[in-house]
This record gives sequence, structure tokens and C-alpha cells, in this order.
Amino acid sequence: MGEMLLEAVDIYKSYSGVSVLRNVQLHIRRGEVHALMGENGAGKSTLMKILTGVVKQDSGQVRYKGQPLRIQHPKEIQRLGIGIVYQEFNLLPDLTVAQNIFIGREPGARLRGFISERQLNEDAAKILQQLKLKINPRMKVSELSVAEQQMVEIAKTLSYNCELLILDEPTAALTESEIDTLFDVIHDLKAQGVAIIYISHRMNELKRIVDRVTVLRDGQYISEHLFQDTTVDKLIQEMVGRELTSKFPGKPDYSRGKKTLEVKNVSTKQLLRNISFEAYEGEILGIAGLMGAGRTELARAIFGADRMVTGEIWIQGKKVAIQTPAEGIRHGIGYITEDRKKDGLMLSINIKDNIMISNYDKYSTAGWVKENEAKRVTDHYITRLGIKAVNRNQEVGNLSGGNQQKVVLAKWLCRHTNILIFDEPTRGIDVGAKYEVYELMYELVLNGVTVIMISSELPEILGMSDRILVMAEGRITADLSAEDADQEKITHYAMNQ
Amino acid sequence: MLLENIMKRKSELPDSGAKPTGNRSVNFQKLGAFLGLILLGLFFSFASSSFLQVNNLLNIALQTSIVAIVAIGQTYVIIKGGIDLSVGSIAALSGVIAAQMMTSGSPIWIAVIVGIVGGIVCGLLNGAIISYGNIPPFIATLGMMGIARGAVLVITDGTPVSGLPRSYGVLGGGTVFGIPMPVILMVIISIIMAVILSRSRFGRSVYAIGSNEKAAFLSGINVNKTKLGVYALSGMLAGIAGIILTSRLISAAPTAGQNYELDAIAAAVIGGASLSGGVGTIVGTLIGAFIMGILRNGLNLLGVSYYWQQIAIGIVIVGAVYIDTLRQKAK
Repeated sequence: MGEMLLEAVDIYKSYSGVSVLRNVQLHIRRGEVHALMGENGAGKSTLMKILTGVVKQDSGQVRYKGQPLRIQHPKEIQRLGIGIVYQEFNLLPDLTVAQNIFIGREPGARLRGFISERQLNEDAAKILQQLKLKINPRMKVSELSVAEQQMVEIAKTLSYNCELLILDEPTAALTESEIDTLFDVIHDLKAQGVAIIYISHRMNELKRIVDRVTVLRDGQYISEHLFQDTTVDKLIQEMVGRELTSKFPGKPDYSRGKKTLEVKNVSTKQLLRNISFEAYEGEILGIAGLMGAGRTELARAIFGADRMVTGEIWIQGKKVAIQTPAEGIRHGIGYITEDRKKDGLMLSINIKDNIMISNYDKYSTAGWVKENEAKRVTDHYITRLGIKAVNRNQEVGNLSGGNQQKVVLAKWLCRHTNILIFDEPTRGIDVGAKYEVYELMYELVLNGVTVIMISSELPEILGMSDRILVMAEGRITADLSAEDADQEKITHYAMNQ
Repeated sequence: MLLENIMKRKSELPDSGAKPTGNRSVNFQKLGAFLGLILLGLFFSFASSSFLQVNNLLNIALQTSIVAIVAIGQTYVIIKGGIDLSVGSIAALSGVIAAQMMTSGSPIWIAVIVGIVGGIVCGLLNGAIISYGNIPPFIATLGMMGIARGAVLVITDGTPVSGLPRSYGVLGGGTVFGIPMPVILMVIISIIMAVILSRSRFGRSVYAIGSNEKAAFLSGINVNKTKLGVYALSGMLAGIAGIILTSRLISAAPTAGQNYELDAIAAAVIGGASLSGGVGTIVGTLIGAFIMGILRNGLNLLGVSYYWQQIAIGIVIVGAVYIDTLRQKAK
């Protein structure tokens, strides 16, 4: 391992009296990939905000390259050689790749105040080449895939000779092959002596790249290990502070009932081609596939959010016409979206109204909301799902990720839909909250609900599904029973080999 | 102002740490505006002896009532995440339609209803263009602003419609127990609209769409229908305001209602509505409207010229949103 690059000791931080970091330490050496682990709310984000100058610690010192780290303004981290790539990118979609990489630092033309577009593109091309990426610097960022956008973010940090790169959940939106590319890039950076702080909930990936790991729990430093000296189970135990016998709850005793959903020859304008499948009550149907395989598109088409060009949906043996989500809901379908902030929640609105928004047909008469019942039902779900909030009137935007996801779940539980589609239900939420989501799925299945689960995490697909559909390029390429499926097989079909 | 407001909302995005803030921001905002109103009132009571007289207070209420009615519709539109620039023109059009019908011998009540229906139709057109035509609200209502104003000029040939029946004047000029009719109408409309906004499915849908249109759609809200309803409502209230205005003047001027859209937007924003949608209340908007009304009246009493009044109001609008932005940051 290289010399010490960054050293944080005794970091304390509280927000309006609530302590979020206590006695936290972090040691980062040059040329290492250092995983920072902890459940949501463990203090990872706050610690990163301190390292990047977004907030100041209350006490404690951060030493960077042997000097105390002083950042007056987040802009200064570029000069210091610190880069961060957030889970949600900070790119400007209508500018080109090159413009995004050099924004604010564009190479000047001979005429002062003007930019040399040619120089800009050449410089960008050099950096992209360095990363062995085949991205045209003249392309608009909005035309790139999610993985490519992330690479552009990384390229941006490298353009100012970044020595400490922070990656926050970098693989959350990537396919398996894109993750490989990312890891190749990380290996190259390591070889160049760049230190990488890697924040992720995905245990399987950590094994592939991480040298060292620091665990935080409830704002406190727990441990630092060489990754090879520890095990995933041990890390999880340290993160949650309890023995997790399994990442998945034990499968309760249920069996497949009658057919509830039949999808026949569904095609959409963009992606889906002749999709047919069936789903049954008392069954968890997993849908696996790579990003862009059309899983979300399929869910949206069934739910009525997107138009179908051809195809039929049959529910409980009857053909139905679903043109809008409102109609989908009326036919007993629920859809828990992949991106809860963008598509699932109304952040400026309180918990109660977020839960009620899909349920007013039950909790209103003649257009008037039955407010008392709405309050009672909301409180019921807050207790039942253990939503941590001040009260039902708290704005959903002020809740943590796991609790936001629970609000979405409460909305659909309250609906009592017969068919519930979960789209990446555990993305970006911590281990404990994941476990609760899984338990909830079992509870639903026991009550005869048809659960359809779209997931990019193979362990989740394999751990939870009774039957697995694999999609690739807008088609279903396999329909496997849980016993027949394994990671290799699913990957094989997902790549449509 | 617009940008600041939007930035403010964006900066509110949460991080993973639990924050001990609840729903208080909304109440704070209303409270802040209300405090401003009280302070303004106190200041003018000391600065001018005639300010606190009953007649003057009733006069403020009367002056404010018509814009307040327009602003209530605007509040719905702003909470939905839109904007309605056409309300001033629609008010003029409704007034002119009603006046024109009365001068051609139609009964007053029919003329009034047709005038208001004219406003609703304009609003529905706005809504249809915005929701089904996918035109941004700013552009669609800017178009309607020109169209409705043009229609007024075509109908009147640019000259005021006068010679309206005396009894029509009751709506705008009458009083009940000494309280001017427009004030009473404003109170009734405010109560109805506040209850609809806070207690009906429609009202909740308006907030939901303004907060996150995609999420509202995927939650089963009929987004297009709700938008149609919101703009129709705004058109209707603009129409009602136009009828009251015409009645007060007993004549319909083709230039009536100019700048109502801006006053209405200002009232809503001072009252805490966010131009990025999802936030706002009727009470807040009323407070906002009265802050502007008191400011104009008080400055008049102090002999400050109309020109300087414009500057004062401009400062208040920007200042109100700026203070709010500071508070959001402090949070």
C-alpha cells in the first residue's frame, strides 16, 4: 500500500442538535480502493460532504497530503485533486461530453473570453482515450447511456488530475458488462496511484476491487479491515450490529394458486417484441435482465403507463383494456417504480397525502376526502412498516431513502392490489430495510397477491423468486423455475447467447 | 424571482441523514407573510391617522377584492406547477361579453352567466392546449392573453361599453351591512376555494401534480383532466372578477384587467406559493394580496406617488421570496 493520502480523526458533526457523526475516523492511502460501508443513515454521505467541503465538521481534523484540509468552497476541491461522482449525476444534458468535462475551465481561444471548441474536443478525446472509452466528445450527454454518463463524470474528475476519487454507489444503474468496464477503469486509476473511496451496498462487487474497508454504523466508526482479512458476513454483521442469519428471510409455506395475469404478444413502439407470459397468485415472479432489456418498459406497458402497439392483457381470465395507470390500478395492478424520487413520490408533500394519492376512491365520498379515515389509515401504515418520521405530516422529501421507499410501499399496500410489480425494490436502501422489503413480499404472497419483481441483482432474483423470466433486447429469452436457475444460466440468457 | 424560487425547491432535496424538520415550513411561510401584513398595518397606522379608519379599511378590502379573486385561481395554477398569464385579458373579455349582452337587451343574470362561461371556455382552451397539446403553460396562456384581449378590442371596437342597467351595479357597488359586495363575494369564494383545495380529491391532485407530475400520473391521477379543471377554474374566477369590475364601473373598458395576471402571481408568491409547484395556500395568497393592497393604500395616504409605489411593490415581491429563500437555506 502507498503512503497516507487522507486521514480523518475524531470527526464530530451534528445537524440542529441531532448528532450524525461521532468520533469517526478514516485513513486513505494512495493507490487503494477503500470501501466505505454502512447502512443508510450511518453517516457516509455526511462524511463525504465534509471531505468535499459541502459541510464543515464541528470538531476533528482532516489531513490531506499531510496538511490540514481547508475547503472554503466546494469548487476548491478541483484544485486539491479531490473528485466525487454522485449517484445522481451532475451533468448538463444539453451540453456535449467535452463541454461537460471542462465546464468552467474551458481552454481559451486567442480572443479573450471565447472558447476554442477544437482544443476542447481534443483535450476531452485525450482523457476519454486514457480511460479507453469509445465516447465521442461532441455527443450530447443526453444521448449517452447511464454508464457512459458515469464515465464522463469520472473523466471530468481526471481532467483536473484527481488524486482522491469518491464514487457513490457507482454501479447502481449499470449492467454487468458496464460494471466490468468501470472496474477496468478503476484498476487503471489505482495503478496510476489514485486513491478511490468506494461507497456501495453491493457486497458481491466489493470482492472484486476493494483493498480495504471502513465500516460506519449510526454515525460511529466501527472498524477498518484489509478486505482479504474479513468476510462479507462479518462486514454485514458490523454494519447492522446484529447477526444476520441470512440476507433473505426464510421462505414461508405457500403454493401457487390460479392464474391471475396473462400477457399475450405485447409489443411497444420502442422496445418490446411479442412478450407473452403468465403470472399466478401466490407466486413471486422474478424478471431478470440487463439494463435496457425492457423490463421496466414491460411493467409500464402492463400498468398502462406506456402504450402497447399490439398485444392483450388478461386479468383473472378476462381481457382488459388498460390505457392509463388509473385503469391499471382499477384492474388491481400496482407498480412500484424503479426511481422513487423521480417517479414514485411527491417530495414536497407529506406522508399522508403521498400514501392517499392512489387511494382516494376508498377514502373519499363524492370527491371529498374522508380526512379522519385517511389519518387513521396513514398512522396504521406508519406503525406497520416502521416508517421513521416525526409524524404523518412530515414532508416525504425530508425522509431517508429507506423510509421513502416504505412510503411508496404503504401506498400500494393500502390499495390491496392483486398484482404488485416491484421494480428494483431494494436499490439504494440499506441491508436492514432490504430484509424488511423481502419479508413484506412474502407476506403479500401468503395473502394471495401476485408479486412480480424486476431486479438487476442476481442474488435477489435467485433468493426470492419462485419463477424467473429473463429478458434481453425487448424479448423474453427464458422462463426458469427457481430450482433450475443459477447465476450463470441467467446471465447467459440475459446476454441472449 | 422565478429562478430563486425554483432553486430554493431544488436545494431542498434530502440527504440520507434524518432531519428533525416536519411540515413546519409551510406554516412558517404563512406566518411570515402574516407577520409582514401586521407590521405593515402597524406602520401605516402610526404614519397616517386616516389609515385605521373603518372607511379606509373597507376601501382597502374593496380595492383588493377583485385581484384577490383572480389570485385565488392563479394559486391553483401555480400549485399545479403552471402559470396563467391570460387572467387579465379573460376578465376583460367576460366583462365585455356581459356588457354587450346587456346593452342588446338580455336579462342581467343571463348576461352574467354567459360572461362567466366565456371565462371558463377560455380557461378550458388554455388547459386543453397545455395538457393535450403539450405546450408550456407560459406560452399557451401568453397566447390566450393576446387572443382574449384582441377579442375584447374586436367586440368593442376599442371603445368602452357603457349605458348598462343601474341594477347591474349592485354586484360591484352595493353593500350589505356596510360591507361592499365585492368583499363579501371575495370572502365566499375564498372559503369555497380553500375547502376544495385542501379537502377534495381534486385539490389533492393539484398538489400532487405540482409536486411531481410523473409520480402523480403513475399513482393513477388523471393528470390531463385535472389540468383542464385547474385552468377552467382560473378562467372562471377571472371571469367573475371581470363581471364585478364591470359592475363597479357600470361600464366595460377594453383595457380593463391589465396587469391583473402579474398582481395575481405576486400575491400568490408573496403568500408562499412556489412557482415550481406543489406548494401554496389560499390563505397565503389572500395575505399576499392584502400586503400589496395595504402598501398601495398606505403609500397613497402618505402622499407617495404612484411611480414610487411601483418600486416599493417590486421590492416587496423580491424581498418576500428572498427572505423565504434565506430561511430555507438556514434549515
